[in-house]
Amino acid sequence: MSMFEGFRFRRVSSSIHRLDPRVKFFFVCVLFVMAILFNKLLAIIVLFFVPLPFVLIAGVKREWLRSMRGATFFAIFIFVVNFVFGYFYPGTIQGISPPIDTLSEYFIILEKSLALTLRFFVLVASFSVFFLTTSPDHLGLALEQSHVPYEFCFAFTTAVRFVPVLADEAQTIMDAQKARGLELERGNFLKRVRNYIPILIPLIVGAIRRSLELAEAMESRAWGASEKRTNLYVLKLKKGDYILAFGSVLMLIFAVYVWLSVPIPSLTALLRL
Amino acid sequence: MIEVKDLYFTYPAGVEALRGITLTIDDGEFLAIMGQNGAGKTTLVKQFNGLLKPTKGEVVVDGVSTREMSVAQLARKVGFVFQNPDHQLFCETVEEEIAFALRNFGFEENAIKKRVDWALNLLDVMQYRKTSPFMLSGGERKRVALASVLAWDPHVVILDEPTIGQDHQQKEKLRQFIVQLNAQKKTVVVVTHDVEFVAECNPRVVLMSGGKIVAEGLAEEILTNPKLVAQASIVPPQITQIFLGLPDFGLPTNVIDVHEARRILLDLLEGSS
Repeated sequence: MSMFEGFRFRRVSSSIHRLDPRVKFFFVCVLFVMAILFNKLLAIIVLFFVPLPFVLIAGVKREWLRSMRGATFFAIFIFVVNFVFGYFYPGTIQGISPPIDTLSEYFIILEKSLALTLRFFVLVASFSVFFLTTSPDHLGLALEQSHVPYEFCFAFTTAVRFVPVLADEAQTIMDAQKARGLELERGNFLKRVRNYIPILIPLIVGAIRRSLELAEAMESRAWGASEKRTNLYVLKLKKGDYILAFGSVLMLIFAVYVWLSVPIPSLTALLRL
Repeated sequence: MIEVKDLYFTYPAGVEALRGITLTIDDGEFLAIMGQNGAGKTTLVKQFNGLLKPTKGEVVVDGVSTREMSVAQLARKVGFVFQNPDHQLFCETVEEEIAFALRNFGFEENAIKKRVDWALNLLDVMQYRKTSPFMLSGGERKRVALASVLAWDPHVVILDEPTIGQDHQQKEKLRQFIVQLNAQKKTVVVVTHDVEFVAECNPRVVLMSGGKIVAEGLAEEILTNPKLVAQASIVPPQITQIFLGLPDFGLPTNVIDVHEARRILLDLLEGSS
């Protein structure tokens, strides 16, 4: 559950928190695109350092680290799958001619697997910074002011808001089932997956029940009665927002340029392994 | 016997929920842990079956530290009925729900069948054995949850807020049932802020506030002490409030039982006539 904690908004006063959510989202999207564009470990290592100043300025280091820790399990899974896949199907990896017979070819598979794992960390890191520093209300406001229909905005912000609630509930359900002798980590892989059924069913039933209650509560408070909605707060771009937006565009242009015209060497080649 | 020795507990998010708790619960004792929301009541009882492990200090159950045992091992001795039955119900039928924990604990199929029948009768839910738990009323679901814990006959039964969402009749049934359990030499620990319920049961009371025990003693000593109950943000039972509010009539101020109150008032009325 610690991974969800790393996506829960923290009400801290910082210049990153005060940035316009649309610009922050654009920045995160640029990072996302860059992480997808590059598949060389060297480039992805550089990308990993891009969101770090934002984490430090926003003062959410502990929560951000928690999201990283939470992502470790999936990261290990990604690494193992890619390494095993690369080992058995080496033909899919650039620079390897099957069969694998040299140490450097093993290093190429290792580097490729590490690159894809680190790419996952970059994605988690950047989205974690975004969600840690953007309140669900601001997120909804940003969507509304981007002319997304209100129904979608509401559904989206409600979903985001309920993620930590569901995480808390999942923890309570786990405790309740453990108290009845359920051992989640017992048995082989299939058994372990089956062990999660007693967690998932109450969680899903609870979520459906909660959504129905929420719908009734919203309707009884005249949700959707007014065609034209107004907002108490209106988002306005400030100097910091323009700087981040401009920086993001520059970063994107630079990334596309590098991607098109600069061949990034592999670490294996650089270190002559 | 449960021994809590200078227990401190801090949640991963940094909230210190328990601060220096020392407490002994003897075998066959009936204990109520009271206090306002956030006092640390549930955090404390979650230490008894190992769902939470001490940050500092120690919890010893039947001579063994909870640090040395898994939740499943402790749960065999310490049954925990959670506040919300919906956090544990997931099976297709009530009887499967009750059998779930028995299977986890490795009971033989014959023994499971006998114990399921016993628990269904005990909690008066035999007529629902083939019914989905999700189709039952709130009170019935609570009884099924209780049956699913009592089925494995734990030495200690912990009930977290058992009276929440129960009507008067169900509350009275629950009270009788808890008293009956205690009479069968089971250790019963009830976490609640329902003063009326505690007044009717008259167990030993542990009063908590801010993660500390502020008082412990008989219910009639604790619940009739206005200063103590105010410290824990609860109010004395209504019958006690009446007696405390009539200081000029020479009435005792430590009355929590309705029948005793009636007798005292009758004596007073007879004396005055």
